[in-house]
Amino acid sequence: MEKVLTKMVGIENSRNIDVYLKSGGYQALPKALKMTPDQLVGMMKDAGVRGRGGAGFPTGMKWSFLPKDNPNPRYLLCNADESEPGTCKDRVLMEEDPHQVIEGLAISSFAIQAHTCYIYIRGEYVNGAQVLNKAIQEAYDKGYLGKNILGSGFDLDITVHRGAGAYICGEETGLIESLEGKRGWPRIKPPFPAVYGVFGSPTIVNNVETLVTPVHIINRGIQWWKDNEPKLYCMSGHLNRPGVFEAKIGINLKDLIYGDDYSQGIAKGRKLKAVIPGGSSVPVLKADECDVAMDFDALAKAGSALGSAGCMVMDETTCMVNALWNLIKFYAHESCGQCTPCREGGHWMEMVLGRIETGRGRMEDLDLMLETANNIAGRTICPLGDALAWPIAGMPDKNKGGDLSGNSFVTKFRDEFEYHITNKKCKVTIPHEWN
Amino acid sequence: MALEFNAEYKKQVDWTLSRYPKKEAAMLPVLHLAQYQFGYISTEVMELVAKTLDVPVSRVQDVVTFYSMFREQPVGKYHIQVCHTLACAINGGAQVVKYLEEKCGVKANEGISADGKFSILRVECLGSCSTSPMMQVNDDYYENLTKARIDELVEKWKKE
Repeated sequence: MEKVLTKMVGIENSRNIDVYLKSGGYQALPKALKMTPDQLVGMMKDAGVRGRGGAGFPTGMKWSFLPKDNPNPRYLLCNADESEPGTCKDRVLMEEDPHQVIEGLAISSFAIQAHTCYIYIRGEYVNGAQVLNKAIQEAYDKGYLGKNILGSGFDLDITVHRGAGAYICGEETGLIESLEGKRGWPRIKPPFPAVYGVFGSPTIVNNVETLVTPVHIINRGIQWWKDNEPKLYCMSGHLNRPGVFEAKIGINLKDLIYGDDYSQGIAKGRKLKAVIPGGSSVPVLKADECDVAMDFDALAKAGSALGSAGCMVMDETTCMVNALWNLIKFYAHESCGQCTPCREGGHWMEMVLGRIETGRGRMEDLDLMLETANNIAGRTICPLGDALAWPIAGMPDKNKGGDLSGNSFVTKFRDEFEYHITNKKCKVTIPHEWN
Repeated sequence: MALEFNAEYKKQVDWTLSRYPKKEAAMLPVLHLAQYQFGYISTEVMELVAKTLDVPVSRVQDVVTFYSMFREQPVGKYHIQVCHTLACAINGGAQVVKYLEEKCGVKANEGISADGKFSILRVECLGSCSTSPMMQVNDDYYENLTKARIDELVEKWKKE
């Protein structure tokens, strides 16, 4: 398959503006500047682009929420916090092809008529920030950024803003608070950022991969996009060839795991046990549930989610109790502390899982976890509470009046949890060696 | 005596301030610069940042204590942060920590080695999941770690 998003990966000096120009870069921007902002928003709607950061919200619709009559300046915030465990795709775009990102940001900024754009990049991506800064300077020098871009009369400044190691700043209102120089404490919505965002101004927050999509829709057309929509998948865990792969959205999960062009199967010839398909907050799939299309709707139907397409693959050496404990420790650590269900619930779930893992568990702990997860999900300002609850107890289920379905770690691998509690040891006996 | 940014960092601080409509918004980038110059964020550094941004020191402390990358204690010359979240954990993250502890002569999360060279931290996901196990040393990522690779790196750092 022809690579679109990752076309530049592996090309020598792919970060250099001349190399990007030679391979057809910055051709969409002049076309965009000749369109009207409304046409661009309509284009995103017609193409059906959905946010790549996790929630899958329609991008064109988000952009159209900006109030027409608000006199304050508008802002575009590029969410490059990439902190959902299992996700490492935006790093590839930023580090290998920064000009694609800049071109996408310039087009998107024009579409929403923002003259200031910040790239909020996670603090640990020092290299990514340096690469972007260098590329931004090149773009200023060549007139793709700054005043009167390509003679269009449109001005745009882009600034790279480094975070400082807080998962919660990937949540759009947490990101906004953090950008304002505060703790990344998410805000209650409404008002939504489109109305009252950073510095009290109308603001759009989108993921990096989302913001590069208009480049390709302009270059290749809406119909092409609909027929070939490319998506990045981050494959990690017990694989022969882990990595970030580009594929048409909706590729079968089995093809990603076993395909020659992708991860080439489970390492060391072992058996597949489970997959978390969309970043650590989405419900886990058992090996026999992996014949599923990797798109928003199919995964939702399968009781999980595409999320950020961070796909963690676990083989038979993985203890499911330990794996869930690991994830819940992450969420307990990263809770911002504002809402009681998430702050306290996360901590208690970590303790309960810890006691099961270390042989001090009680059988009633399993239902206690499912019940507690239900009391966390949907009861917090931001989705971190949900992200903590879903791996334990699955996604909300309409048939259960919005309660969590139960279809995740604790239910799907209940035998392993029970074995731990009864036998005070792990059911998995194959060790994982590291050398 | 009150601390000051040196000339090189002062220039970067001034440029950073020019990129935001409100001074306070430069909090994170200015704290990063301060941490590069002074090594860690002491009370005196917080006072400097507060003065630079025209905010009370308590506002700076509020932020410093929230974000895991800002540290209030000195670290080793090579500050090693090993990812221990799932994708790394199932590929040997814990063994990497144990091996580094033996090689560097310091326990994870327990300060600096006697020679002042190493400190080790277990940290949450660093967004490098498809190249696990991995670690960040100062600003740089080291990925797909093996014992041989760690041997090579630690020996090099010990000589420097």
